[in-house]
Formats: sequence, C-alpha cells, structure tokens
Amino acid sequence: METIKTQDITVNDLPWKIECKPDRCTMCGSCVAACTFQAIMPAVERRSITVSTGHRPEPSQKHSAVLTIKQRNNIENACTGCGMCEKICPNQAIKPVRNPDSRFSLLARKGGSPIKRGGRTSLNSGRTLDNIIVGRISQMTDPALDSERHTFDILAPFGRVLMPHELPLSVVNGTLNLTAKLPPVNWIYPIIFSDMSIGALSTRAWEAVALATAYLNEKHNMPVRMSSGEGGMPVKLLESEQLKYMILQIASGHFGWNRIVKAIPKMKVDPAGVLIKIGQGAKPGDGGLLPAAKVADHVQAIRGVPKADLMSPPNHQGLYSIEESVQKMFLSMNAAFKFRVPVAIKCAASATSVSVYNNLLRDPYRICGGFFLDGIQGGTGAANEISLDHTGHPVVSKTRECYLSAVKQGRQGQIPLWAGGGIGLTGNAAADAFKVICLGANGVFLGKILIQLLGCVGNEHGRCNACNTGKCPAGICTQDPRLVERLDIDKGAQNIVEYMLALDSELRKLMAPIGNSSLPVGRSDALVTTDQAIAEKLAIQYVC
Amino acid sequence: MCRIGAIKSKEFFHPSAALHLMLPQQEGHDNSGFAMVMQDLAGVFSKHKDKPLLSLACTQKGAKLVEDYMEANDFRQLAEWIPRGVKNVKLDIKAMPYYIFRNYDYPEYYRDASEEAKGELLLDTRLALRELLEKQEQGYVYSFWPDVLTLKEIGDPWDIATYFKLWDNNGDLMAKNVVVQCRQNTNYDIVRYAAHPFFLQGYTLCANGENTFYTKNKEYQKSLHRGYIGFESDSQNFLYTLHYVLQELKWPIKYYKHVITPLPFNELSLRSDGAELRAIRQSLGSLEINGPNTVIGMLPNGNIITCCDSKKLRPVVVGGDGTMVAIASEVCGLNAILPHRNQEQDVYPNEREVVIINDALEVERWKQ
Repeated sequence: METIKTQDITVNDLPWKIECKPDRCTMCGSCVAACTFQAIMPAVERRSITVSTGHRPEPSQKHSAVLTIKQRNNIENACTGCGMCEKICPNQAIKPVRNPDSRFSLLARKGGSPIKRGGRTSLNSGRTLDNIIVGRISQMTDPALDSERHTFDILAPFGRVLMPHELPLSVVNGTLNLTAKLPPVNWIYPIIFSDMSIGALSTRAWEAVALATAYLNEKHNMPVRMSSGEGGMPVKLLESEQLKYMILQIASGHFGWNRIVKAIPKMKVDPAGVLIKIGQGAKPGDGGLLPAAKVADHVQAIRGVPKADLMSPPNHQGLYSIEESVQKMFLSMNAAFKFRVPVAIKCAASATSVSVYNNLLRDPYRICGGFFLDGIQGGTGAANEISLDHTGHPVVSKTRECYLSAVKQGRQGQIPLWAGGGIGLTGNAAADAFKVICLGANGVFLGKILIQLLGCVGNEHGRCNACNTGKCPAGICTQDPRLVERLDIDKGAQNIVEYMLALDSELRKLMAPIGNSSLPVGRSDALVTTDQAIAEKLAIQYVC
Repeated sequence: MCRIGAIKSKEFFHPSAALHLMLPQQEGHDNSGFAMVMQDLAGVFSKHKDKPLLSLACTQKGAKLVEDYMEANDFRQLAEWIPRGVKNVKLDIKAMPYYIFRNYDYPEYYRDASEEAKGELLLDTRLALRELLEKQEQGYVYSFWPDVLTLKEIGDPWDIATYFKLWDNNGDLMAKNVVVQCRQNTNYDIVRYAAHPFFLQGYTLCANGENTFYTKNKEYQKSLHRGYIGFESDSQNFLYTLHYVLQELKWPIKYYKHVITPLPFNELSLRSDGAELRAIRQSLGSLEINGPNTVIGMLPNGNIITCCDSKKLRPVVVGGDGTMVAIASEVCGLNAILPHRNQEQDVYPNEREVVIINDALEVERWKQ
C-alpha cells in the first residue's frame, strides 16, 4: 500500500486523459511514435488475474507482467488532445478524452513562469457575426442578381485613396487628364492571407500557403495577396515574378529586412505592399517570441540571426507618436520602393483604434495605404495565455466605429479598412467577410483558418494549441524536420485553393440576393440582427 | 414602378403635353401623384427669365413666413402666378391651401454679383425657407432659380391637372423643357419632398428604379455639400452626384456615368484613359449606384440627358420629330405625343450609353 501524496501530479490533473483499450491494442507502437509531446509511453504493468476453468469454481490467482500504453503524468508531457494517436492507430484502440476536472491551469506555472501557448483566445470566442443576418433581400422592385450568370467586381483597394477634389486632374478638350502621380493603390481580392512568418510556420506550411496564393492568381484569376509575416522570405522568392503576390511585413523586430533591402535592386517586380505591424489582436501589447527551439538553420539564414530566442519588442523602438511613425516609418518604407508600393499599418483592435485611424486619415503626406485592425479572436503561434485570454478587443464593433468616424468626416474609403481576428472562426469565412464588409471594412484577413486547412487541429476549447512548443503534431508550427515531413505541401495548398474557390462562390451567393455587383462596403442596411444590443452598437436594424 | 419622362422642344409647349406623355404609361396603381419641373418658360414669367422664380406649396401662415423672410432679405417681388384650384370634392388630390410661383429680383447688393455667388444665394435662400416652413409644418419649397418652375402634388395626375387647370391652354404657363413624373413614393410615408423630379442649383433629375447603394451614397453625400439634404428618396442620390460632378468638381458630363456606374476593373485596364477612370472609381467609389435604374436629368443649360444602370434593368426610350424630342419609360408615351415621328429612329439607350439632347434638338449618344 502506498501513502497518498496530495501534491503528486496524476493523469487526472491533466486537461486530457488517454483512453486506451487493451483488448484492441496490438502494441504496434505507432501512437507512441506519433505523439510529439511524449505524452504516452510503453510500459509494463503487473496484473493479477483470477481464473477458474473447471465445471466447479476452482479459482486460482495468476500474476503476470503485461505491456501497455501509459500516459505520462507530468506537466511538461501533458497530452494536448491533438489526437494524432487516434489518427494513426490501426485498431481504434486509443484516443484522448477531455478531462473536465483538470487542474492544469493551477499546476502549469511551474518555476514561476506564465503559461504559454498558441492558438486563439479561449475565453472570448463569442460570435457577434453569427447574430447578424443578411436580411435585406431584393424582392420585386430590385431583382436579385444571378450569382452564376452575372459578373461581379470582387476587389478591394490596398493603398491611399484621395478625396475627389484632391485628384490631380485637369480638363483638356473635354477630357480629364492626370497631371501628377497618385499614391499607389492595388486592387486586390478582399481577402488577404494574413501574416504568419517562416519561423512561426514550418517552411512547408509557409510554402503551401504561398503555393495556394500563386495558384489562385495564375490559374483562377483571383488576385489574393499573402503577407509574409515578420522575418522575411527566401531570396529566391524576393527575386522572382511571384513577389507581386506578396505583402512584405515589417514588425518591431525588423527581422529579415536586411535581406529584403539587399534584394531590392534585384527585384524583377514590386511586392504588392508593405505592412507595418504595430500590434497583433491575439496578444496586443505583447511582443513576438520565436523560441530558440524553432530558430532552425534556414530561419537563421533568412532572418540573419544566430540561434537564440528571437524577441520582437512590444512596440517599435524609437517611435513615440502616430505622427512620428507616419513621418519616419511610412515615408522610409514608401521611399524604399520609390513610392510605387502601398504601405499599410496593422494594429491590434483597441479602445483607442478610432483615434489612431482619425489621426492617420489626417496624414498630410497621404501615404498610409491601409488600416488593418486585428481583433482578440486572432490566432498566434506563441503567447502568454494571460495575453491570449485576457487582453484584446473584438474587431467587429471597432471596425464599424472606425468606418462611421470616417463617414462623419466624409473620408470613408480613403484609408482602406481591413479587419481580421476570428474571420472564419466557425468555418464560414465568406459569411464573416461579407458582414464585416457591409459594416464598413474594405476587406478582411485570414490566418488561423489557413493553417486549419493545412491540418491544424487546434481550437478554442483547449485542443492542441501547442504552436509555441516546436512540437506541432501537424508539421505546421515547427521546424523539426521529422515533423515537417508530415505536411503534404501540395495537398495543403489544394485545400486552401478549394476553400477559396468555394468562398468566392459563396460571396457571390450573398452579393446576388442584395442585388449588388460590386462589394457592398458600408451597406449596413443589408444587415439585420436579432440582438438589440448589437443593433444599437452597430447601427443596424433590429429584427425578431 | 415610377414612369418618368421629359420633353424638349424648339417651340414653347403647354404642360398638358407632359400629361399626355405620362398617362398612357400607367400600370396598376402607379399614378399616385404628379410632379414636373419646367425650364425655359414663356407666359406669365416671360419678362423675368433672368430673375429667380420661387415655387412653393404652403398654408396661409406659410405664405406669410415666406413673404416676411424674402422682404427681410431684400428680395423684391416681380411677377406672380397663384393658381386658384378647382374646388371639386370628387377630385383625387391632397391639395395644399396655396401654391405660389413668384419671381423676385435679387437684393440690390447682389445685382452685380457673379453668377456663382447668385447661385449660392439662391440655394441658401431655398434652404432657409425650407427650414422655416418645415419647422412650423407650414409648407414646402421646391425650387428657387431663374426660369425654373416646379409643381408637385399628391393624388391622381388627371385630377391634379384638372385642379390646376393644366388641361386648358391659355398661354399662361409654357416652357421648352419639362421633366415629369407621375408617382408618389408609395413604398414609404408619402412625403411631398420625396416626389421626383428633384432640383438643385439648375440641375433637375428624376429616376426610375431602386438605388441599393442608397445608404453608401447618402453617408458620403451628407458631408459633401450643404445642399445635399433630405434624402427622402434614394433617387436624390443621383441628383446630388450629378451636381457634385458637374458643378463642384467641374468635370465634363461624360464622367457622370463613370462615377455612378464605373467600368469593371478588367475593362479599365484596357482603356487608354484607364488611369484616370481608375482614379475616379477609387476616389468616388461611395457614389457608385447599384440596382435597376434609369435617370433623366436636365442641366442648367437646358440640355437633357438620360442613362441607365450598368445592368439595364429599367427601360427608357428617346424619340422625336424635328421640333420636339421626348424621353419616356414606355414607348406608348412617345406614341401619344409624337405619333408621326419616325419610330425607327427611336433610341433605346443601353447599359453603357448616355444620351444628351441639346437646344438644337440634336440627340447625341455615346458610350461610356
């Protein structure tokens, strides 16, 4: 008999418990090999068996040592519920089961260190967008369009748009002529593949997203753009024709820009844009962290750094005001590409977003080419759980507020609004995008859903979300070559392409019934809600 | 559905022609009102064509409010036409107590002012009168502009014409240009200001259809100009955009079509003026219209234009003889007033076309 030690960690303290059926298990070892967290191990257990084989009970007791699969009972190797064991088991003998009595959050701050993880917020996954319906359906006076037959202009601006009276136009012989250069504006698909870096993602995962981007452009004529994420990209891509599909990101660590700047003279085409990342919705005010474990050789090469923890500071060092950032950062990024490439800014949605947007709208150089608002439901590769769950701001109302603030000044559309953070959270990115566009966004950006299409199994209910560990079981958020091999690039890219083609059709299915052949930016009259508080906040019609 | 129409003639004609143009077009319970804007007048107002003409419908108290205001602001009354309505209970008309059409001379200190300054004064005066009457619910002011008369009322167009004696041509009321429409906005509360045609600083417009970018247009137009008010109808958006493009931006007329129904991006890239058109589409994206629409507009110089939305879901036809050209939603309207014209020369504008009729009655048609 053993004495109970109440401080001992047992499997019942962990968030997931492994359920193994010994009668189905053949001890092939596949599950143990597949588990990247080493949450399970083969073990030998002593068993006591009582048998009686005759006509009358003649029990005899037998002790034997049997091989079995055992769950490790420590925090470091806690099962994340990723289910790779279940996926690989040929006999359906094993699966993780959620443990409602988990004490993990009390025990996991070992050594005085905050809990870290990847994924999305778990506490704030409520969905405003699901309470909004496209309720203004054309009937009789304004016939619906035919989503299959009519043509639709599904494009959004990336770049600074001037007020009509600011356009440098002169009339010559009854015709308007541009007399000066306009700020660069690229009209692109209203969905941007959001910034996930090489480093946060495996090279294969990043390549799959890049492949899907190029395929959508070249085979399906969908001008989807992909943001590089912080940390640059392979020189080969920088010097290729496909650079035109990429938005180069500069974040507070400025990682990768040494290479980008050196590649500028050799670029055949301009990139689609530059995105200055100030903050991220999933962890606003918290800098980026790429743990040394993920800083593999190629990451060191691309970023030009040694193998060490790579920390992006929570803000851009040396910039103390919006005006200063416009003057220094926007101007220098614009100048780097000779004012041919639009430069936009990405901020975490915040109670202060409207004042930042207002300030940018008044930028005298007219060079802020987009305002990207990232909401609390955005995903991330690594963050402190306290940031993920307890900081941030929903993106829907903030996007609306920014739009209405621009309307008040007659400046809507001048700095295109792009919204992200939870778009496609429940699987339908088209519906989410459409509704946010009706509320005033020009377009949206997606991140998490892309890696889910590649095979990520993480969710808002604590499944997996181990992006920070370098042990991603799907080969997506890891640089371990053996794990990366698990990801089939072509299949992953194909999943993204097929999703986007369906999304395009679904967008038409929403544009047709409201009778619009171009994007209904700001058409809040097309939306209704069954929630009075949402109706009031977003200034849309309440229905019941 | 609204039926809309316009007549432009080399010779002065009586407004009954406009009624004959419109009445055959009635379908179902369409005809719920009558509204017209006449430009280039003869008859009562022929001596004061360069002086602003006020068109209003009001109560006795409203008339007094207007008189006091005009007097306080140094406008001096010249000619006047106050129709005495035919009192007949059987007539289907929701008549106001008074209809006043009155010429004024500019205040003395404005006599030598530029046309532009005068235009601003007339607009400010109309807006002030509208506010005055609206606040006390004493009436409606429709236009205040030289050589322009607006008449609007709720009811059956035939009965409204009877009430105003518009069937009898006594030479009092004649014009060379008329834009006309015979339906109140029956989808919403019936408001006199919601009836087309709308007027602003010499620009008149009526539209048939539904502008599904109403909210977008309205939210943008509200901050563009002090005269862009009301928004009782989604068709006011068309007028305000016409005024903005021509009067405020001072762009040639052909860009109006490029603003309201811009070319798709893939077509823009094929055009030699693609850069300009793209810039226009970018900067005026909030003024794009959507939904099925046909527009008839009259410009300060008397030219009349018509065009459709880019999916052409509402009809319009232009036809004429040597002395008169008319535009109507349905060809039966043209047949009623121009039975002997050459029908083969009728123009049915397509989704990318704009038709302009000038004072010489030359019908110019060009593609966007």
